[in-house]
Amino acid sequence: MINKRVKTIDEAIAGVESNMTFMVGGFGLSGIPENCIAALAKKDTFELTCISNNAGIDNFGLGLLLQRKQIKKMISSYVGENAEFERQMLSGELEVDLIPQGSLAERCRAGGAGIPAFFTPAGYGTEVAEGKEVREYNGKPHILELALTADFAFVKAWKGDVAGNLIFKGTARNFNPLMAMAGKITVAEVEELVPVGELDPNQIHTPGIFVQRILQGEKYEKRIEQRTVRTRE
Amino acid sequence: MALDKNQIAQRIAQELEHNMYVNLGIGIPTLVANYIPKGIDIEFQSENGVLGMGPFPFEGEEDPDMINAGKQTITTLPGAVLFDSATSFAMIRGRHVQLTVLGAMEVAENGDIANWKIPGKMVKGMGGAMDLVASAENIIVAMMHTNRAGESKILKKCTLPITGVNCIKKVVTNLAVLEVSKEGFKLLERAPGVSVEEIKNSTEAGLIIEGGVPEMQL
Repeated sequence: MINKRVKTIDEAIAGVESNMTFMVGGFGLSGIPENCIAALAKKDTFELTCISNNAGIDNFGLGLLLQRKQIKKMISSYVGENAEFERQMLSGELEVDLIPQGSLAERCRAGGAGIPAFFTPAGYGTEVAEGKEVREYNGKPHILELALTADFAFVKAWKGDVAGNLIFKGTARNFNPLMAMAGKITVAEVEELVPVGELDPNQIHTPGIFVQRILQGEKYEKRIEQRTVRTRE
Repeated sequence: MALDKNQIAQRIAQELEHNMYVNLGIGIPTLVANYIPKGIDIEFQSENGVLGMGPFPFEGEEDPDMINAGKQTITTLPGAVLFDSATSFAMIRGRHVQLTVLGAMEVAENGDIANWKIPGKMVKGMGGAMDLVASAENIIVAMMHTNRAGESKILKKCTLPITGVNCIKKVVTNLAVLEVSKEGFKLLERAPGVSVEEIKNSTEAGLIIEGGVPEMQL
């Protein structure tokens, strides 16, 4: 067993420097690595390129890094819900590459799986296709999308063991397993870190080989963006 | 009377078939789940990674780890399954999801749809919409027929940046049910009490009208 455990958040984010590219798991605020993001927002690293499906909200998640203008470029599929983001984007301070969500997921997966590029029908004929090779398969046009990798990938899981094996909960899984594969250094923060042998190998979602550092998150706020409920009859 | 948003959803629900896998977009499409006809089993997929989505949770039972693609708290039904985003879009791109219902800002008679960007105004991103429209076998659009200024959103050609080309199959608006054919929009049904003339006047695109156009049955 290779022990991946780091004890402090500083160890977890050690090596992140200005101008690097990093991935952040999560969909909306669900399944985001809260502790790593909060620690990055305290570090003096700037000009970062961030690959994340969303951009957090103004005062939580990646919004914290945007407020300090640490991010130079965002690669995302949906960036509503964040006024500061919109301001920086429209003023040209922030470079934004918007790509279809399925292409983003597959580009991360491909990056981690050693596949440099693939053809997809998503985005054909739209702005997204500009400058991309088009090829017809089965009578339908497809565009070439390149794989994504990153200097660091920050992911969040429900449970993990010190070997880096991860289990996710609910829809908090989303981009986390894919980004875990695509990081040169993948840092996983978990709600519950357990000794090896405690997780059932049949139930592990992300094999520890994809994870370089694992940390028990100090606390989880787990904010809800859209609280929708029904009333009891 | 033109339909309200719930009635548009109700009319779209009539298109559901037994044992279908369906993806519902944000807005009016989400309401379709409230009108599933009796005796029909449907599995709802949400592209952030759940199949077998159930209703909203009871108050106090909201779980931040259980949301839909609109970031709303949800529940799952027995038989539900959770997965990562790449698997989710494999279901969509691989045409395992049979029906997609989504909203639009504009649709065009060649089957194009625009629903993700207003240049200089609204730039929030396409989310999963481009993957969904590029691959879905059947796409139904739920939308209002005109904008707030009364201008048609049913066009000869989209003016906004498009989300997908030549992909939508049917459009249900507050005024009409339209089918996208090779020749253009076919007027299939009209909202109760709304005349063919009124629909024509609210539609920039040409309309193919074959015989009498029946009223929608709600």
